[in-house]
Amino acid sequence: MDGLLLDIGLRHFLFVSLIVFVLGLYCVLTRKNAIGILLGVELILNSANINYIAFSHFSSGNYDGQVFAIFVIMLAAAEAVIGLAIVLGIYQNFSSIDIEAVDSLQG
Amino acid sequence: MNLGSIESLAYLYPEGILLLSILAVFLVDLCVDDKERLGNIALVGAALALVFTSGLSFFDIRLIEGLQGAGEGWLFHRMIALDSFAIFFKVILSLSLVGVVWMSLGSREINGPNQGEYYGILLASGLGMFFMASATNLLLAYLSLEFVSLTSYVLTGYLTHNRRSGEAALKYLIYGGVASGTMIYGMSWIFGLTGSLDYTEINAALLQNAPDQLTLFIALVLMLAGFGYKIAAVPFHMWAPDVYHGAPIPVTAFLSVGSKAAGFALLMRFFYPALSQSGDAGMWQFVPGVEWPQLMLIVAMVTMTLGNLAALNQYNVKRLLAYSSIAHAGYILMGFVVLSDEGLRAMLFYIVVYYLMNLGAFIVVMVVANNTGREDLEGFRGLAWRGGALPAAAMAIFLFSLTGLPPLAGFIGKFYLFAAVVKGQFYWLAVVGILNSVVSLYYYARIVKTMFLDQPSDSEGEVTLDPHNGSLLAILSVATVILGVYWAPVFDFADRSTRFFLGS
Repeated sequence: MDGLLLDIGLRHFLFVSLIVFVLGLYCVLTRKNAIGILLGVELILNSANINYIAFSHFSSGNYDGQVFAIFVIMLAAAEAVIGLAIVLGIYQNFSSIDIEAVDSLQG
Repeated sequence: MNLGSIESLAYLYPEGILLLSILAVFLVDLCVDDKERLGNIALVGAALALVFTSGLSFFDIRLIEGLQGAGEGWLFHRMIALDSFAIFFKVILSLSLVGVVWMSLGSREINGPNQGEYYGILLASGLGMFFMASATNLLLAYLSLEFVSLTSYVLTGYLTHNRRSGEAALKYLIYGGVASGTMIYGMSWIFGLTGSLDYTEINAALLQNAPDQLTLFIALVLMLAGFGYKIAAVPFHMWAPDVYHGAPIPVTAFLSVGSKAAGFALLMRFFYPALSQSGDAGMWQFVPGVEWPQLMLIVAMVTMTLGNLAALNQYNVKRLLAYSSIAHAGYILMGFVVLSDEGLRAMLFYIVVYYLMNLGAFIVVMVVANNTGREDLEGFRGLAWRGGALPAAAMAIFLFSLTGLPPLAGFIGKFYLFAAVVKGQFYWLAVVGILNSVVSLYYYARIVKTMFLDQPSDSEGEVTLDPHNGSLLAILSVATVILGVYWAPVFDFADRSTRFFLGS
């Protein structure tokens, strides 16, 4: 059992983060609900976090990557606050948060 | 050697002044009923930042060179660099802050009970751009870019009861979130390949270790998503027409001049000092194996062509100027691919010229919208014959300058860009650029024709010019004409500013 855990290396983390990144992009491209899209953005940010922490642990030998991840988490929170405020404004004006209903700008 | 946090503050007073004026605007907003004054506080703050940044550039240049001679151009433990490149962009950015705050004073959209928040957030966005221009670390590059993005989303959605403003904010937020997320995913790969977030260390690691080329290339393409989105380059330009269309006009102007200049600063500082090597005779070599100039060549061509072609059938002037600003991102990128100091110099000069003419064009759009409530081409019909002779004449100057006709500033800017491209032997790029300029004449001239040759319809009222907008328009149009005849001082300033601080 020990051997199984010790075999988990950088490669596995990078693979997981790639999957999360692709799922995030898929979510952004297919969701019609504005909040669903924001969730996809969160997935993309967290895939980068996994990468930073994995690289920081396995290859760089310093804590730069982990510090970066903490800042990304903080900014994701700020972005969520502003994002939800904008979505709330959209709901008041359009009575819907479906992005296909929000299409007054065209040309 | 690098300065720590406390010592660095002595060199950061323009940012300090901006920060104090942001706080002043928010505090005064709380305790004053007369909201009209807040714009003036913001204007004074932006003007002081401009004065002190220019002071840093002209009077303290010896001090800075002395610092750099001792290998101490880094501030805040190598987070930001204090070099002439950063100061150049800080001057441009504080100029755009002054211009946009000034223009907001005469804007009907901005006037309202919430204008304190508007001015505070506008200055905060400018502060973020100052850091974008000087970041030499991927972490600070990301933080400052996101700072500017978050404030821009709020500014775009400032008109809370306007459907278009809210929709523009939502689209900006979604595109921006995806672009910056993709960018930091790319940055994480750069970090993994080089083991560092610092530009100089990344450069050294790339030169020594020769990492896997395909991985590095993919990482760069992912990072370009974030940079390209800030400068509105194809294929990350989709947000620009909708956001420019929906946002309040001063915010649109700020996005097109300030945000774009800051994006170029970030792009140039990452691709030149971090991914290239300064060689002989002002030429640069890119890090072996990563052919990013070829990639950017295609991006530049596609960006200007798509921007110009899409602008041809636009009837909303804000939307037309959005496509025109995409096309101009393509022109400026021409100087980026030639990898020489001449190209850099031409880019910097063009950014100054672009500031003058694009800000001016948006002010005329705002004057028309203030008077008639319209932003489409119909609102401009016969503008010169219904009291708007001065705005119409100024608009003609700005539009012909955007096309690149002599003897206006836009011609000189384009001349230097094309000269750098031809000297770098990118003949196809030059041909595509010139064809694009010809195409752009059609839609710029159409606005001029509508203003001067078409008869005004009876339903359209008089257009009057208030003193704020009038004085700013006069300054910008005179500057556009003068720079077309006597451009040496500005060009020398751009020339001096192509030197990056690379450490020693």
